[in-house]
Amino acid sequence: MNGKTAEITRNTSIFEQLQIVIRRNLRQYAILMALITIIIIFQIATNGILLKPINVYRLIGQNSYILIMAIGMTLCILTGGNIDLSVGSIVAFVSACSALFSVTWGLPAGLSIVLGLLMGLAAGIWQGFWIAHVKIPSFIATLAGMLLFRGLNNLLLNGLTIPLPDLYITIASGSIPDFLGAAGLQVPNFVTGSGVLHVTTIVIVLIASLILVLFMIFDRNSKAAHGFILGSFTAFIVKIVSLFVIINIFGLWLAAANGFPYVLFLLVSLIIIYSFIANKTVAGRHVYAVGGNEKAAALSGVNIKKVMFWVYANMGLLAGVAGVVFAGRLNAASPLAGKDFELDVIAACFIGGASMKGGEGTIIGGIIGGLIMGILNNGMSILGFNIFIQSVIKGLVLLAAVSFDVYSKSKTTTRTAE
Amino acid sequence: MSEHILEMRNITKIFPGVKALDNVSFEVGKGNIHALVGENGAGKSTLMNVLSGIHPYGTYEGEIFFEGKECRFKGIKDSEELGIAFIHQELALNPYMSIAENIFLGNERQKNGIINWENTAEEARKMMQMVGLNLHHDALVKDIMVGQQQLVEIAKAIGKNCKLLILDEPTAALNDKDSQNLLNLLAELNKTRGLSCIIISHKLHELTQLCNRLTVIRDGQTITTLNRGDAEITEDNIIRHMVGRQLTNRFPERTPNIGEVVFEVKNWKVCDPLDDSKVVIKDVNFNLRRGEIVGFSGLMGAGRTELAMSLFGKMYGKNIEGQIIKNGKEIVLNKVRDAIKNGVAYLSENRKEAGLILINDIKENITLSNLDKIKRNGVIDLNIEIKVGNEYKDKLNIKASSIFQRTESLSGGNQQKVCVSKCLFTDPEVLILDEPTRGIDVGAKYEIYKIINQLADEGNCIMFISSELPEILGISDRIYVMNEGRIVDEMSAKDASQEKIMTSIVQSSSGR
Repeated sequence: MNGKTAEITRNTSIFEQLQIVIRRNLRQYAILMALITIIIIFQIATNGILLKPINVYRLIGQNSYILIMAIGMTLCILTGGNIDLSVGSIVAFVSACSALFSVTWGLPAGLSIVLGLLMGLAAGIWQGFWIAHVKIPSFIATLAGMLLFRGLNNLLLNGLTIPLPDLYITIASGSIPDFLGAAGLQVPNFVTGSGVLHVTTIVIVLIASLILVLFMIFDRNSKAAHGFILGSFTAFIVKIVSLFVIINIFGLWLAAANGFPYVLFLLVSLIIIYSFIANKTVAGRHVYAVGGNEKAAALSGVNIKKVMFWVYANMGLLAGVAGVVFAGRLNAASPLAGKDFELDVIAACFIGGASMKGGEGTIIGGIIGGLIMGILNNGMSILGFNIFIQSVIKGLVLLAAVSFDVYSKSKTTTRTAE
Repeated sequence: MSEHILEMRNITKIFPGVKALDNVSFEVGKGNIHALVGENGAGKSTLMNVLSGIHPYGTYEGEIFFEGKECRFKGIKDSEELGIAFIHQELALNPYMSIAENIFLGNERQKNGIINWENTAEEARKMMQMVGLNLHHDALVKDIMVGQQQLVEIAKAIGKNCKLLILDEPTAALNDKDSQNLLNLLAELNKTRGLSCIIISHKLHELTQLCNRLTVIRDGQTITTLNRGDAEITEDNIIRHMVGRQLTNRFPERTPNIGEVVFEVKNWKVCDPLDDSKVVIKDVNFNLRRGEIVGFSGLMGAGRTELAMSLFGKMYGKNIEGQIIKNGKEIVLNKVRDAIKNGVAYLSENRKEAGLILINDIKENITLSNLDKIKRNGVIDLNIEIKVGNEYKDKLNIKASSIFQRTESLSGGNQQKVCVSKCLFTDPEVLILDEPTRGIDVGAKYEIYKIINQLADEGNCIMFISSELPEILGISDRIYVMNEGRIVDEMSAKDASQEKIMTSIVQSSSGR
């Protein structure tokens, strides 16, 4: 009742400030720590194979489509624990459509990719219609979609596997050409010790990381100008420098392998765009509001139907993107494409801290959750674990992550509830 | 009467960072009805949670004696076994089960795990008769009224052979008539069965009428215990003990400055959203003038909330007919957005369920209704949002560590201030305030009244819905009385009295 003492005052030490920041963002940091721990464990267990440049490159390709869908799934879950079970089938449907457009109908590859994405969007709009306007629970509507789109895939493909044009493969597995290397800028590959580095990649990553740093400084200054109480300057510098170093090492690693993959460019752009939408736009706020308290959101003028509809339409579109990427990776449209993807994607979001009740979770959390799953898969495969043990371990990790989430939440509420 | 059914000695309960109870001693005489009063957060609920085992033995200091024996409850089950029943403010009934099933939930009439339904029904009927519940025992709890649900809870407690009944704000959600029924029932059960009660309530006039003794708690300490018949046991006196200061006036002074008609509703008619044929609101005509606070009085279920929500972007009801005229022009409010754009704001009667997003912080709740206002270049600017948050925190005196505090951890009064801020952020001219002081303590109520007065002085018009008559009389300039979906009377505050309002209601009910 009587006003509690403010948590942050200007006089607290750096250490105390850090503690407060960590406590406030406990769950976010915890997931990040879990990711780092898993990386370290597998790095040691695989005798350093995990973080070899070529494996890092492979990890990106292997997980890109799951991560792309985790972005959309996070938004679905944010609206109140609504999941989309049909994404795996939409991936299959879109890849089948790609085969139909580019091979059967002989359309140009670029056009058939665009049409494929539109088919994904159409599938999402179909689901969005049933969920938002007919008010079918999302679990049931998307369960129906899962059967429906899987069936359509088989009908389109007649159960056959059809190879796709090269453009698909380039999108999924290719990397940016080394303009600078071709122009004569050759640097020996000191990371792996053989061949030359992909100089263009290093330059791109360097520029991107500089932009990021500038952006963070700009953001801090603008906050200072608006009279925020900021964290300590030292902590900020440490954060910037470590981010800068990590990103550039990552760039160097890519340069030592095959260069900057197109699919990474796609993924990073999507993460930036959707994080921006989630945090900085009215539409994003409305998604959080619907999940946080639907009634309150409705009384605040949020159009619930519209939010639900577009969240699912968008999920369809992103599943379409993943469908194109996966078809390219597989080099073909297959009746089995995307099987069980929905489970990996949903698991990624929950590991990443999204709340089943809705209103809580971040896109970057979903991405980290997806990376945890991806590294588990990859690391265990390198170690030669059989697929059943892998499944057992992934199940346990999901349970552990969500248990921690529930536990940490009960901690914070008893602390504040008085 | 000298014998105590319950003694709590030197109870101290510490939550991380807060001493919720500080060496509290509390006794209840056998067969007594004992009132426990205090501001929100004073420690009443904590004390009762200790008693009922919600805070188990070991998490507090001190001793509890029930019927002379020391008790160390590990959980609610333990206290229930001895005959202590706790009826919480939020009723713990299963809406999809029948009355009979609810009465014996957790206490099933059974043999070897198989339920004897005939016996259940029979016993339930007995219990229901005892509490005066004239319904079929198979009726689902979701279909009966709040007041009746309250009776089901009491029947449930009696079914468990309860000796000491704890009621937390039992009449908070009830209209005056149902409240009176409930109080009569408690007095009756007290007389016939010797049932002892502890009642936590903010409605002091009810307590002074019903209770043998009354204990005031403030800041985790017992301040005083008064007996019935003491000269000291007056409402003003109790309030003074509760807040620790003399409240010279429960309603802040104001000189109204009333202008022209701003908002006018004509021939408003609304049907039940689930049943088109049922007319919920009919022939409603009213107006609000600039700078005026207009009270809407009536019993629970009179249709005030339904009226308010049907006006506010048709959030309630079907086949809505009628005209809304604002500043001389007819406006059509088909969506909440339309209402907000036209300067109409609605404060929900249920701030936790429909007002706030509890997992979000203060600033995000305030801006939600009008995010366009904090946009710059099409993007939400967090800096502006923080400024706005701090502005309202200062203006309405919201007590919180910062605007980044989640609203779920605020006290009721401060939550309500966030809700009011949210309304104000839409720059309204017409404010519909639905039970703005429900469930908040006396001190916070006073602050809310002051805010409402200030809003009126700034030239807004206020539609003030409340079930508490003293409050309606204390704050309104003009009063409409509603009953059964119609406006049945209109009076100026000067001419109004509790009796007059009740008379209008009663007469209009019987005139049907």
